[in-house]
Amino acid sequence: MTQNLLQDTIQRLKTWARINSPWVLHFNSGSCNGCDIEILATLTPRYDLERFGIKLMGSPRHADVLLCTGAVTRQARDRLVRIYEQMHDPKFVVAIGACALSGGVFRGCYNVMDGIDQVIPVHAYIPGCPPRPEAIIDGVVKLLSSLSIPTAKVETQPSTDGRIETKECSL
Amino acid sequence: MMEKKIMDETFTVPIGPQHPALKEPSHFRITVDGEIVTNAVVRLGYAHRGIEKAVEGRNWIQNLYMLERICGICSHIHATAYCLGVEQLAGVEVPPRAQAIRVLTAELERIHSHFLWVGVAAHEAGFDTLFMYIWRDRETVMDLLETLSGNRVNYSVNILGGVKFDINEEQADAIRKGLDYLEERTNHYLDVVSNDAMFLQRTSGIGVMTRNQAEVLGTVGPTARASNVARDVRVEAPYGAYFDYPANIVLEERGDLTARFVVRIKELFESYRLIRLILDTLPSGDLETRMPRRIKEGETVCRVEAPRGELFYFIKSNGTDMPERIKIRTPTICNMTSVVKLVIGHQLADVPMILVGIDPCFSCNDRMVILDRSDGYKQQWTWEALRQHGIDYYHEQHS
Repeated sequence: MTQNLLQDTIQRLKTWARINSPWVLHFNSGSCNGCDIEILATLTPRYDLERFGIKLMGSPRHADVLLCTGAVTRQARDRLVRIYEQMHDPKFVVAIGACALSGGVFRGCYNVMDGIDQVIPVHAYIPGCPPRPEAIIDGVVKLLSSLSIPTAKVETQPSTDGRIETKECSL
Repeated sequence: MMEKKIMDETFTVPIGPQHPALKEPSHFRITVDGEIVTNAVVRLGYAHRGIEKAVEGRNWIQNLYMLERICGICSHIHATAYCLGVEQLAGVEVPPRAQAIRVLTAELERIHSHFLWVGVAAHEAGFDTLFMYIWRDRETVMDLLETLSGNRVNYSVNILGGVKFDINEEQADAIRKGLDYLEERTNHYLDVVSNDAMFLQRTSGIGVMTRNQAEVLGTVGPTARASNVARDVRVEAPYGAYFDYPANIVLEERGDLTARFVVRIKELFESYRLIRLILDTLPSGDLETRMPRRIKEGETVCRVEAPRGELFYFIKSNGTDMPERIKIRTPTICNMTSVVKLVIGHQLADVPMILVGIDPCFSCNDRMVILDRSDGYKQQWTWEALRQHGIDYYHEQHS
């Protein structure tokens, strides 16, 4: 009983910490830069995403949330999977922009995979070409508020064909 | 003996495709001897989406939106180059008011792009305060673009045969007010990049490209102008409203990173001047002319000055409502060779700064090239063949 209470408290503490300071990693998987400059604009003084405790990190091993743009070109696919695997659990992926959602205008091009969720699991979709900074903030904040629910779906095992399957796990 | 062996060893540092210093995917292999770079190899193509092939399967109007999304930073100039080419093929004359609005938007885009670049370059130098201040001020020009077109990034100002929106007096006043603020801030930033002692240590004398080198390496745009090469399409071969509103060329002599900062910041003043002039003397008249659905058979070449340098479009029509071939050469691919050359002999820590110095845009420049040195090579790639080639290529790379 005491053991459970302790574990429960630690879990709640971890979730609290995660929600209050999620570190994000930005990866461009073959985007046109439109979404990327809006992500940067979101981090700069006018929109200031840092007031939610969100900080841009350089390394996947430090990041909790992967902000991913672009329609996933064949060259970038393996890199995207590798970066996703390098992130520690629990990890979340936010697909930003029309291309990241479905391929956008590049859907069906010979070199693109038509969206992030074809390659790795995605937890939040932010539409727009490109989405406004307000939309990005809204998407990220919605993702964070969904984390306060005790069991959120995440996690992953890459299967043989390079795709990753989702399974439920608790935070 | 042992010591000598260690001295001779070189080490290869892989950078990218995901790296804190790169906002876009590209891969560099930097060979270093201690801290000094001895060789650099660049591998492009992570953002290759197959646009040139995709436009062959869409009609002239759809392509406008496709080509606008080659690059999110210079979207307007891509659309302008395409429109100018197609209008030339169709033999359509665009009304002067539409031409002026195109140039006005192009100059606003140049302001936003240069501000963006100065910020990102300051970030690479470790000067995050400047990055944050510049991006705060950049929001002014983003607001102006939004007031005009309704969009912050892909403005969709151009349509074939004209432009989509007009400018009223109220918007003109908003632009003038915004420019006054930006001009004041730009003076301050010019002072910072040319006088701040800490910043000068990261830029002064780094990545020096002589005028001769700049010409031999085929650099374009502000990178060339920072080495005193007078190369600006707006001046050399004016297009659209640049006949009525001539631009002045901005040159610097030193050819180092400081010069590249100064050239771009001084170009901002030129853009402010042009925009004010256009607003004061905006010709009246229609915004568009009628365009035929099918474009006459023929081929044309179109050059415009993008924020990063000369942008080149080759457009070939076979008389249908779809283009037969569109070839795009973007400024970054011209400037990329200079990076590989210039980093040699510098410290590894200067590599990101020298790379950023050309204002690289990888989403623009990733094209597929087939090298076949045998004579008489002729092959038309079909969509299926390209797709299969792509899949096979990456399987090969992966295995």
